[in-house]
Amino acid sequence: MLAFILKRLMTLPLLMFIFSVLAFILIQAPPGDFVTSYVAELAASGSSVDQLQIDALRQLYGLDQPAYMQYFKWIWRMLHGDLGISLDFQKPISELIGQRLLLTVLLGVATLIFTFAVALPIGIFSATRQYSFLDYFFTVFNYVGVATPTFMTALILMWLAFSQFGITITGLFSPEFADESWSWARVIDLSKHIWLPMVILGLDGTARLARILRANLLDELNKPYMEMARAKGMPEWRLVLKYPVRLALNPLVSSLGWYLPLIFSGSLIVATVLNLPTIGPLLLRSLISQDMFLAGTIVLTYFGLAVIGTLLSDILLAWLDPRIRMEEA
Amino acid sequence: MSTATTDPEELVDFDDAVLVAPNWKLVWWRFKKHRLAFYSGFIVILIVIIAAFPGFFSTQDPYESATRGSFMPPQGIHIWDKGPAFYAYAAIGKRNQTTLKMEWVVDEETKVPLRLFGRGYEWEVLGLFKSNIHLLALRNPDVDKPIHLLGTDRLGRDQWSRVLYGTQVSLSIGLLAVFLSTVIGIFLGGISGYFGGLTDMIIQRMIELLQSIPPIPIWLALSASLPRTWSVTQGYIAITAILALITWTGLAREVRGRFLVLREEDFVVAAKMSGCSRMRIVFRHMVPTLSSHIIAAVTLAIPVMIINETFLSFLGLGLRPPAISWGVLLQEAQNLQSVALAPWLMLPGVAVIVTVIALNILGDGLRDAADPYH
Repeated sequence: MLAFILKRLMTLPLLMFIFSVLAFILIQAPPGDFVTSYVAELAASGSSVDQLQIDALRQLYGLDQPAYMQYFKWIWRMLHGDLGISLDFQKPISELIGQRLLLTVLLGVATLIFTFAVALPIGIFSATRQYSFLDYFFTVFNYVGVATPTFMTALILMWLAFSQFGITITGLFSPEFADESWSWARVIDLSKHIWLPMVILGLDGTARLARILRANLLDELNKPYMEMARAKGMPEWRLVLKYPVRLALNPLVSSLGWYLPLIFSGSLIVATVLNLPTIGPLLLRSLISQDMFLAGTIVLTYFGLAVIGTLLSDILLAWLDPRIRMEEA
Repeated sequence: MSTATTDPEELVDFDDAVLVAPNWKLVWWRFKKHRLAFYSGFIVILIVIIAAFPGFFSTQDPYESATRGSFMPPQGIHIWDKGPAFYAYAAIGKRNQTTLKMEWVVDEETKVPLRLFGRGYEWEVLGLFKSNIHLLALRNPDVDKPIHLLGTDRLGRDQWSRVLYGTQVSLSIGLLAVFLSTVIGIFLGGISGYFGGLTDMIIQRMIELLQSIPPIPIWLALSASLPRTWSVTQGYIAITAILALITWTGLAREVRGRFLVLREEDFVVAAKMSGCSRMRIVFRHMVPTLSSHIIAAVTLAIPVMIINETFLSFLGLGLRPPAISWGVLLQEAQNLQSVALAPWLMLPGVAVIVTVIALNILGDGLRDAADPYH
C-alpha cells in the first residue's frame, strides 16, 4: 500500500510541471503583454504612469527576456510563496485567492458527500426493484438531471425562491457575516447557505452515479453466488449490501477521479449565477479584464485540485480493491 | 439500458432472417424495439428541420427590435371562440407611474386573427432563395402588431424567433465540434489500437493527461484570449475548435478499445488467413462493424457539446452577440434582477433541455442496438 502511494506521489511533480507550463501558455495567450495593456488601461482611465514604475514591472516579470525565462521567473517566485499581485484588484494574489479557495474546497467536498449519500440508495433501490414505479421515476429524473445545465437549475430555484417566498438565495453568507473573520457564528451561517449550491451542483453527478451503480449492480445480482447465499438462508438486504454492492462500488470510486475535478470546475458556473465567494467568479472576472497572472494562478489552482482529486480516488480505490494495489505496486 | 436487451429466444421466430441479415439491419431491428429511443429519433429529426428552416417557423425577424416592446410576456394562441377560431389577444403596455416600469396586460377586447402558412418578413431558404411564407402569420399584417409566443427580451426582440434561430447555431456547433473530435478521435484511437506498442503508449498517456485536466477553466481561458474584434463566423469556428480540442479523448478511447477487441475476433483472423491486405481488413471489415458504435458514441457526444457551448456563451466567453445561440439568449437571464422581472427569459433553457434529453435517449438506444449479437 505504502509503495503504491509513494509511486503515485512521484508522478505529482511531473504532472504539476506540465500543468504549470500549460497555465503559463494560457497567461501568454492574449495578444500583447499585460504591462502594456495595464498601462493602456490606466491611461484610458486618465491616470498617468511613471515610466520608472513600468520599467520596474517589466523587470520584475522579465518581459524583456525570452518566454522560458519568464516562465522560470514566475515559477521561482511561486515556489517561494510569492504569487504576484493582481493588477486589476491591486492586491496580492495570495490574499485574493486564500479564503475563496477554502470555500471552493468546502463546497466541493460537501457536494461530493451529498452526491454519494443520495446516489447510493437510489442506485441500490433501482437495481433491486428493477422496472418498479420508483425505478422509472429515477430513470426520468436521471435524464432530466443530466440534461439540465447546472446554471439553469440555479436560475430556476433562484427565481422560485424569489417569486414565491420573496427571498434571495445568493451568496454563501448573510450580509453581516460576509467580511467577518471566522467565528462559530459564521460557520453556522455558512451551513445555512451552503446546502443550496451543494444540491444544485450535486444533481447532475447524482444522476450519473446512480445510473452507473444501477448498471453495475444489475450485472452482479444475477450471479450464481447470490443464489447460493439465498439458498443458505441469508437475509436479502444483508446479502445485497454485503457482496454485490461492495463489488459495484469499485467503478463508482474510480469515477471519483473525474468527478471531483468536475465538481470544482463545474462550481464555477453555478458560483457565477449564485454570486458565491469561490475562485470561479474571480477567474471569470480576471479573464474578462485580462488580469492574466491572476487568471493563470487560478487555472493552476484548478489543475492542482484536479490532481489531488485523482490521487485521492486512486488511493481510495487501491485501499478498497487489493487487485489494483498488487498489480501496480 | 437493459430495457432493450433482446432475448435470444425472441429471435428464434425469424432466425433465418437473422442469420443472413447484414449488420445494419440487425441494428435497425433492435433499435426499433427501443420505443422511447425510436420516438426521440422523431423529435431529433424535427429539431434538425427547425435548425434547417428557422425562418419558416418563426414569426418575426430575430434581429428586429422594438424600443417600446421590451420585456413583453409570452402571448398564448387560442383556437376556440364560440366555434373554431385562430387568434391571439392583443397586449397593451401601461407605464406604472410609481416604478416607471412598463406593465403589460392582456386586452381581451382586441383579437389578433392569425393564419397558417401566411406571409410575413422575408427569410432565406438555406441561403439559396428567399421566401416570405411562415407556418404562423398574422392575418392582417398591416394593421396588427406582431405576436410574441415566448415574449420579448430587453430590446423588444421576439424570443420565439430567436430560440428557433438559436437552434441552428447551437445544433450545428454541437455537430461540427463532434465531427472534428470524431475525426481526431478515430484517427488517433485507430492508430493507437491497431499498432499498439510505443505509439499506443504515447497516445494513451496524452489522452490520460488531457482527461485529467478540468475542461471548463481551459475553455474559458482559451476563449477569453480570442481577439474581441473577430467576426461572428471567426468566433464560431474558434469556439468549435476549442470545444473539440479537449473532447476527442473520450471517442479515441472508445475506438481504441473496440479495435483491440475486434483484432482478436474470428472474422478478422479469417480475413487475415485468406490473405486480405491490412487496409482491406481495417476498412472493409473492421470499420463497418465499428460504425454503429461510433454513431452511438457521436450521438451521445453531441448533447455534451451543446451544453458546453451553452455554458461558454452564457458566461459571455463563447459566441458573442449578434450571433444567436441558446447560450447567448440565456445570457440575458444571467442575474436575479432580469429573471425576477422577466422569467420567460429562461425559456431558451427548455430548448436546451428537450434537445439534450432527446439526443441522450436516442444515443442510449443506438448504443444498445449497436451490439446486435449480444
